[in-house]
Amino acid sequence: MEWILLVLAAAVLVFGIGVVLWNRRRSAGQVGAPAATPLPARPAPAVRPAPDVEAEPEPAAEAPDLEAEPEPAAPAAPAAERPTFRSRMSKARSALAGAFLGIRGRRGITDETWDDLEEALLRADVGVRVTDELLGGLKARVKAKEITEPDALLDALQAEMTSRLAGADRTLHFQPGEPDSPNVWLFVGVNGVGKTTTIGKVAHRQRGEGRSVLLAAGDTFRAAAAEQLTTWAERSGAELVRGSEGGDPSAVIFDGIERASARGIDLVLGDTAGRLHTKTNLMDELRKVRRVAAKGKGRVTEVLLVIDATTGQNGLTQAREFGAATTVDGEGGVTGVVLTKLDGSAKGGIVFAIETELGLPVKLVGLGETIEDLVVFDPADFVDALFATD
Amino acid sequence: MFDSLSSRLEGIVKRLRGKGRLSEADVDEVLKEIRTALLEADVNVGVVRNVVGRIREQAIGARLSEALDPGQQVVKIVNGELTAMLGGETLKLTYAGRPPTVVLMAGLQGSGKTTNSAKLARWFKSQGRQPLLVGADLQRPAAVEQLRTLGRQIDVPVFSEPGDPVATAQRGLAEARRLGKDVLIVDTAGRLSIDAEMMEQVRRISEVIDPHYTFLVIDAMTGQDAVGVAEAFHATLAIDGVIMSKLDGDARGGAALSVKEVIGRPIAFASTGEKLTEFEQFHPDRMAGRILGMGDVLTLIEQAEQAFEKDQAEKAAEKLLEGEFTLDDFLEQLHSLKKMGPLGNLMGMMPGMPKEMKNAQIGDDALKPVEAIIHSMTPLERRKPELINGSRRTRIANGSGTTVGDVNRLVKQFQEMQKMMKKMGMAAPRRASGKKGKKGKGGKPSRGGFPGMAGLPGMGGAPGGGMPGLPGLPGGGGAPGGFPPFN
Repeated sequence: MEWILLVLAAAVLVFGIGVVLWNRRRSAGQVGAPAATPLPARPAPAVRPAPDVEAEPEPAAEAPDLEAEPEPAAPAAPAAERPTFRSRMSKARSALAGAFLGIRGRRGITDETWDDLEEALLRADVGVRVTDELLGGLKARVKAKEITEPDALLDALQAEMTSRLAGADRTLHFQPGEPDSPNVWLFVGVNGVGKTTTIGKVAHRQRGEGRSVLLAAGDTFRAAAAEQLTTWAERSGAELVRGSEGGDPSAVIFDGIERASARGIDLVLGDTAGRLHTKTNLMDELRKVRRVAAKGKGRVTEVLLVIDATTGQNGLTQAREFGAATTVDGEGGVTGVVLTKLDGSAKGGIVFAIETELGLPVKLVGLGETIEDLVVFDPADFVDALFATD
Repeated sequence: MFDSLSSRLEGIVKRLRGKGRLSEADVDEVLKEIRTALLEADVNVGVVRNVVGRIREQAIGARLSEALDPGQQVVKIVNGELTAMLGGETLKLTYAGRPPTVVLMAGLQGSGKTTNSAKLARWFKSQGRQPLLVGADLQRPAAVEQLRTLGRQIDVPVFSEPGDPVATAQRGLAEARRLGKDVLIVDTAGRLSIDAEMMEQVRRISEVIDPHYTFLVIDAMTGQDAVGVAEAFHATLAIDGVIMSKLDGDARGGAALSVKEVIGRPIAFASTGEKLTEFEQFHPDRMAGRILGMGDVLTLIEQAEQAFEKDQAEKAAEKLLEGEFTLDDFLEQLHSLKKMGPLGNLMGMMPGMPKEMKNAQIGDDALKPVEAIIHSMTPLERRKPELINGSRRTRIANGSGTTVGDVNRLVKQFQEMQKMMKKMGMAAPRRASGKKGKKGKGGKPSRGGFPGMAGLPGMGGAPGGGMPGLPGLPGGGGAPGGFPPFN
């Protein structure tokens, strides 16, 4: 009986889906082929005709319950003493430390040295390919007798890793312009990487630098995401625009930009719902958010991909897919990476692959839970912390 | 998961096919590929070392045997080892003699504790229990708010109060007793395993509520660090099982799987989607099959049993084999199918489903146009689609809001499927089909048993299907319906 059911289900399923896919493929070019349109799984209420909307207050977004004129006096400038990589990451014993002690302890460079090095790099999530590249270069130099001592080998590795991350532009792009044309920074990423928290921290920093900031709660999916952002808005003294739960995220972002434009706010930070990069419908939704964000008065100057530092090799795929989804007419794409939760025992080795294979600079790093704990990424410090053996 | 592993192996197996026996160099090459594939799947370095070592041992021993060709031998060994790595029993939950059964949720930030607490509560509810959720994550802004919202969606009460998480958990327990709830799920704040203060806090929570089950929630995308995290939490809390979240992405989940090998605790549940219903008990053996491209047939059967009406389905299957399956029957079965759950998930469980089809995002509404077309046909047309001529086509297309081409394709494919099924029905030896049926249920003999399911895998003959030559896997059979290749 079970098999009958199964075969029946399979036949029906395969047949039905075959039709759907075939139609979809056929009609890929033609517009509005009915059988072909995959409907988004999330409720997406009618799209607001974005380009026509004027800067008047709009119904889709509830007015924030913050005071209308936030005075930029509130947050103190970021604390003078920024947390350093070294101090934060050394809370967790360095991933590479144990292996390095072993390597330094050996006399000469042996097969075990290479095995240990490889394992250490892999443990730091550097990935097979980058590890092979790094060690390949070093092996050649050892063979050529350029390097003969373990210490020199480790120094060479450290230098090589640092140089791989050198030369990238890690500044956050802000273009001053007309007062009614705010800069827009979008934050994207998979679920649970810390997008909302990162926005709160960025808002705090930017307020500290004297910019007026508006937060647009584009995560209309996760329960209470907007509440979480509201808390951050209060803490950092930023304005907030939010939509209804389950509403259209692009409308919320658009409303946020229009409001910022009307009030002469410098910078809009757009939150988006976490989404797995394999969900085509959600990535389509993101594509729309990116498109709509550029339609109004705002200028999208950063699209920041937030990645959890504990992420493994999947991080590379994430970066690639989010890059593709935020590319509009061959332009745009992800402009930088925020690496969060680096204060754990995480090593974040995946950044080597992301930076070298995709050319995406890591711009910010989250080193802790407090509002001050977001710092500018410094490759030398980062690699140094990886190698720290104290 | 492990797609790259199967495709890598496929390549090697092809190369080895002509060889009489495996040389040591062959073995090394295979092992290198396996090692890379596992590492790219984030399987822990140490675990990889062990698994590869075991495979090497067996492969070298196996060179002496000449029964199987070398390619098959290697695949068989890898298959066995992977199953062993994932293996073990499904965690059987037992309920406390004196309710409530207390469950503690722990994990890193962003691993999905709050969502999975709600999913777990919904699961308990579907088992006939009455859960109470406790929001002891007082750290993250609006975490309790999130839990309350989720609780409303699944109609499960949520208890929380501001202040001290330990006190909240304790009072939650008292509340559960007072309300006569038989399951208590305590959501805690995300914490780093190296944060001594926070680990002490969760230890104290654990102390006051004395949980029957402590689940560690791990993100399927986690890298090498997962093992260290699990070890740290295990040392503090004594973990009973792992809940693997975000398994619906393309992360291979190797790290989370390594956890089982390292702390010796099983993966109890897996979260396979954003909806609260997309959460299931984790069956390691089934997962191994899924990874190796054999589909998750048992889960499918379970779902099918719930959704299909037995007699009706049997009749329809009979018709299908005799070539008397009409569009009406099709429609009926389609409705049953929808009850089984989101179509996209079903696809993933289907054995031998080509990758292109698995990855295609099938929304539940995707089949609506198909239904609309059939609904726009007269009863006679549904029985005899060959009647449909030009003017009928136009009428149907207009009636269903589709195009004539769509109607055409549907009819054509339906006829092809009919032909194919008829052939299968005739080809099938008349024997009892209960052979592979689930034990205990006594597969009832029924006519025309499908030829050992062989027709199912390899649908469309598209590339990227199961691992060819895997012993025990049905080879790519005929393609019912003759679907175009999905590229």
